[in-house]
Amino acid sequence: MKKNIKFISLLLSLIIVFIILLKGLNVSKDYSNEKLNSKIDFSFKVKKLFNDEVINIEDLFNQEDLSVVNIWASWCVPCKDEHPNLMQLKDMNIKVVGINYKDNPKNAKNFLNLLGNPYSEIITDKDGTKSIEFGAIGVPETIVINGKTKSIIKKFIGPLSNENIIEIKSLINEKT
Amino acid sequence: MSNYFGNYSLYIALIASIYLIIKSYIDTNINIKNLNKNLVLITSVQTVMIIISFISLVVAFIISDFSNETVFNNSHTLKPLFYKISGSWGNHEGSLLLWLLVLSVFLYIFLLKSSSQNIKYRLLTLLFQQIIISGFLIFILLTSNPFNTVFPIPSEGLGLNPILQDPALAIHPPILYFGYVGTSIIFSTSLAAVVAGNIGDSWAKHIKSWVLVSWIFLTIGILLGSIWAYYELGWGGFWFWDPVENVSLMPWFCLTALLHTVIVLEKRNLFKEWTIILSITTFSLSMSGTFLVRSGILNSIHTFANDPSRGIFILSFLFVLVIMSVTIFFFNQKKLTSTIKNSFIISKETAILVNNWFMMFFLSVVLVGTIYPIFLEVLNGSKISVGPPFYHNLLIPFLIPFLVFMSFGPSLKWIKDKLKKFEYNLLIIFLASILISYFILINTEKKFLLSVPLIILSFYLLLVTINDFFNKKSSLSQKISHFGFSLLITSILLNGLFSNEFNANMKVGEERKFNDKVIKLNSVNVRDIDNYKSLKANFEIKNQNSFIQLSPEVRIYQQPFTITSEADIKTTLFSDNFLVFNILKDDGYYNVRYQYKPVMIWIWISTILISIGGLLSLIKKNEKKY
Repeated sequence: MKKNIKFISLLLSLIIVFIILLKGLNVSKDYSNEKLNSKIDFSFKVKKLFNDEVINIEDLFNQEDLSVVNIWASWCVPCKDEHPNLMQLKDMNIKVVGINYKDNPKNAKNFLNLLGNPYSEIITDKDGTKSIEFGAIGVPETIVINGKTKSIIKKFIGPLSNENIIEIKSLINEKT
Repeated sequence: MSNYFGNYSLYIALIASIYLIIKSYIDTNINIKNLNKNLVLITSVQTVMIIISFISLVVAFIISDFSNETVFNNSHTLKPLFYKISGSWGNHEGSLLLWLLVLSVFLYIFLLKSSSQNIKYRLLTLLFQQIIISGFLIFILLTSNPFNTVFPIPSEGLGLNPILQDPALAIHPPILYFGYVGTSIIFSTSLAAVVAGNIGDSWAKHIKSWVLVSWIFLTIGILLGSIWAYYELGWGGFWFWDPVENVSLMPWFCLTALLHTVIVLEKRNLFKEWTIILSITTFSLSMSGTFLVRSGILNSIHTFANDPSRGIFILSFLFVLVIMSVTIFFFNQKKLTSTIKNSFIISKETAILVNNWFMMFFLSVVLVGTIYPIFLEVLNGSKISVGPPFYHNLLIPFLIPFLVFMSFGPSLKWIKDKLKKFEYNLLIIFLASILISYFILINTEKKFLLSVPLIILSFYLLLVTINDFFNKKSSLSQKISHFGFSLLITSILLNGLFSNEFNANMKVGEERKFNDKVIKLNSVNVRDIDNYKSLKANFEIKNQNSFIQLSPEVRIYQQPFTITSEADIKTTLFSDNFLVFNILKDDGYYNVRYQYKPVMIWIWISTILISIGGLLSLIKKNEKKY
């Protein structure tokens, strides 16, 4: 009897693991917007990259509208690939908040001096924890945030392509 | 043409598999004296069919037969021959065919080598192994057939990922697969032995060589993978705790535990149940590895196929096998009670048990770090990233008791040993290791509380294992493996503590200072080679007493368009100088990353030593055991 209980409980836990992994397979790796309506905690403070000024993260975002956040680092090669596309966003007057991920500030500044600065504001994330608040899993990553509902509405993992830029533009324009 | 051969021989192999499952099942239920000759014959036919199928694929790759979809997607006429061949298993379909090939070849070798064993046990092993083979055959034929055709026939292929064009990587997957698939034999034989009721010392002796073979291949496979990551990925490290790397490390922990447990079973007829549990777990972990890598459920640098139907199939198949083995284990458990002999706390048995606890702890940490993000995402949709700090914080503190334990555990005697009288030898060794560590740590700022005992203990263990070569308490194979292991730990610690890195954007002719060194970029030469464009840089690194020239390279491939960085690494016995550069944009600036990595080469050497120990134990099976 005791053995049967052991057996059945083992079997049940195996089945649970099976179901979870099966569900895991169906989790889209594209991160479409329906799945990402989770709220972000905007109550933490952050430091700016250029002048070490400490501000509330909330102040960086448009409370009534959408904001674009880009997570990058000077050591990240794909970030260089997407850089011209970010400059395009700047030319379209779309504000992008940069999060400088686990980077050496000096290298980060060199990077921007060399390639141009597409960001309206840059905050530092020396230990990578700020990026986790945004649900980031790596660099580069671009997130579109709704300031009103404090939720992520769109997430781009990896370097932004031209199509992504068009999508971001249409998202922003749709709202305004 | 080769498409037809390859395809139809797989179908024949499947029919053979079904026949063998039915026939061996029937035969286990009747009393027969000898293994039916047909069974061996059909198994050899099946093996030959799978070999034909594999060769067909390799031929298709060599002659660039683009009517084959796999070849079209993964090859190109401009590829060097060596990489055309390695390309045949560098993709999803081909790698599964390789899995299948090794599965059937290993089964055939098992049948040839096991003629002295109990007939029911051999039949059951055949049965379980054929269940695995048929599962893989169905999987290949349904979802990943390497012989799908393309019409009209394209004139050129889509290319092999240039990052996979590396000799270490070309042989890395097959070696790793030998290790993974070897565990399938361990799995099948343990289940067979459970049902047949012949778990004991003679079975342990018989299965030990399979455990050793899988363990050696897995060790070398992991080594090659990390050599590839170090030289090709150009990230300047040898282990990144990437999920795909973890997936090969987990069965290794389990197999290492099994390797030790099986010796206890052989010598003392103890730990029967535990051996079976380890065998089942090892294979399940190898299969989960295949599942995690091939289903695309993980986000990793090794991006593989992303077809959910494949994932569902492997997952279901994995669970069928696991549930089957758990059921068999539970309902035959009464056959497994160990004949209780006297055991004492201070004995080799206990020492090996403690070794197993450590292995299981390391395994759980890696398992949680790899699987938990998937679970969490399913359960509440949150995403976390588990990186090196997680593993380091959880594993490194536990290295301290592990090192202490490993310094005396292996030299204990079977059954009962006394805590030895105070040995002056060991005291001298201990003082020596404190002294060495003092001189190593004195000139650095890295005086963390944790690193001091770690360095002292790793040197202590290193000296103890060297000292062990002069006594007769253990076999030579064990001495070499344990020495290799302590060397590995010491090298990893020194490497981790004293590596440093320089990172900057530089122009040709520019000079930068870094610690006591001066780094200068002399020139960058552009050339066209075979199937890529090469940018070769020339750097010099100077300090008071040394001068090194390094020439890293950037390769621009057109098919498909990829840029890879070939790091230049100058290796000496004491340190590696690692330099890699990247194109920023067309304004003459390059991103330069220079790393100084002490005792790098000893990490490879020690891992090779560990495997040599295993190899020696395999060859000298009759060597006198202590």
